[in-house]
Amino acid sequence: MRLTCPLCGPRDRREFYYSGAAVALDRPGAEAPPEAWDDHLHNRDNPAGVTQDLWYHEQGCCSWLKVTRNTVTHEILAVETVGGDSTAGGVA
Amino acid sequence: MRYSGFRVLAQGLFGNTGWQPAWRDPVPKPDYDALIIGGGGHGLATAYYLAKNHGLTNIAVLEKGYLGSGNIGRNTTIVRANYFLPGNSEFYSHSLKLWEGLEADLNYNVMHSQRGLINLFHSDGQRDAFARRGNAMINQGDDAVLLDREGVRELLPYLDYDNTRFPIYGGLLHPRGGTARHDAVAWGYARAADRRGVDLIQNCEVTGIDIKDGRVTGVQTTRGAIRAKKVGMVVAGRSGQVAAMAGLRLPIESHVLQAFVTEGLKPVIDHVISFGMGHFYISQSDKGGLVFGGDLDFYASYAARGNLPMVEHVMEAGMTLMPMIGRARVLRSWGGIMDMTPDGSPIIDRTPVDGLFIDAGWNYGGFKAVPASGFCMAHLMATGQSHAVAARFRLNRFATGHLLDEEGTGSQHNLH
Repeated sequence: MRLTCPLCGPRDRREFYYSGAAVALDRPGAEAPPEAWDDHLHNRDNPAGVTQDLWYHEQGCCSWLKVTRNTVTHEILAVETVGGDSTAGGVA
Repeated sequence: MRYSGFRVLAQGLFGNTGWQPAWRDPVPKPDYDALIIGGGGHGLATAYYLAKNHGLTNIAVLEKGYLGSGNIGRNTTIVRANYFLPGNSEFYSHSLKLWEGLEADLNYNVMHSQRGLINLFHSDGQRDAFARRGNAMINQGDDAVLLDREGVRELLPYLDYDNTRFPIYGGLLHPRGGTARHDAVAWGYARAADRRGVDLIQNCEVTGIDIKDGRVTGVQTTRGAIRAKKVGMVVAGRSGQVAAMAGLRLPIESHVLQAFVTEGLKPVIDHVISFGMGHFYISQSDKGGLVFGGDLDFYASYAARGNLPMVEHVMEAGMTLMPMIGRARVLRSWGGIMDMTPDGSPIIDRTPVDGLFIDAGWNYGGFKAVPASGFCMAHLMATGQSHAVAARFRLNRFATGHLLDEEGTGSQHNLH
């Protein structure tokens, strides 16, 4: 599997650290009840199909990347930095 | 038909023409007292113990493929009770005791082999942690022996004792640990459940869960609607999709775990061995193949295949530990889909829907748990109360903070 980093280009999967579903980008607000935090930290949609997750380009540019990919085929559909740069994916 | 050595002999003399199918192929009835979704190890065990322990025989197991077509046939077959935390410790201890009586109970040879499991350690700190784990196992009533380097060398002379990066300091021996024939566990439970009147319905995919006024009333399937007062979801690997039919969102992320087997070799590895440096564990099947595995591929996946970086990592770990296996040729590799929870421990509990129960989140430790999981899930479905040894496997423990993080790696699904 290869991810196309918007800043570095196509790179081997081993350069990246996976940190789970992209829900980390939607943190509950300071006033949110404990239930919202439980849901945010633990519960997942966990789709068999297209999902979005966060990868950290640990051995590259150190960007946090939001990756759109298919969990059944391992196809990479899009990669964007959390800051907004994007590419058209990678190789499954 | 009861199996025995005499029957095998007699059938051998007459061309093996007298064997009958091990279970019926019934047509689903419109109404059951209870339904189990999922005909894998845990589902079949649940059905068996519902019938045996609780006298519920008007029940059915619904399986979308064929019996035992999921992770029960895709694992590395290790059976052990070497857990540390209260909550896990008593559960896996109970499971091991059930394993020890399983073949007589089911009248089925599951090839349970208590060949001993050795977890190696490679530093003073790791030795302390394993000594403490061993004490917890002994306190639970199970067995553990702390071996020093020479003790390990006596049992496993073929390891690389000259590795300076990961020196072998010793190992924690769990003599009652071992392996079992994975498919046979599913078949044994299936046959035993069938003999007690349970309907095992294959090629029957659940497409919807019927709920009325907060109570489950039955399920929709590819073979028609089936009514039931109680429904158990025992579909690890697909828990998220099935639970979503009941409007539930679970603390589970699905990951792929790879395993490997070599060509058949003469007996060379007598135990189950795990490497404390990385995630590598190995045993030899009765057919002679070396069966081994490592860690998750680390990203969410439903593909029953992995990627090459983890293949390389597992092979490297194996070669670091026991260079002698380097000439063995890998015959097959495969991947299984794991329900990963944020604390690495399973869930056997009621759901917010009355009459709907869940047995899920087995991470990659589900095989050894099959007997106790079925036992406790059956207890829960029959009585409405958690069994004492599974009382901490609650669905809401992430909200209440009662986590069971055996490895202490934190609240991220893929780190367990």
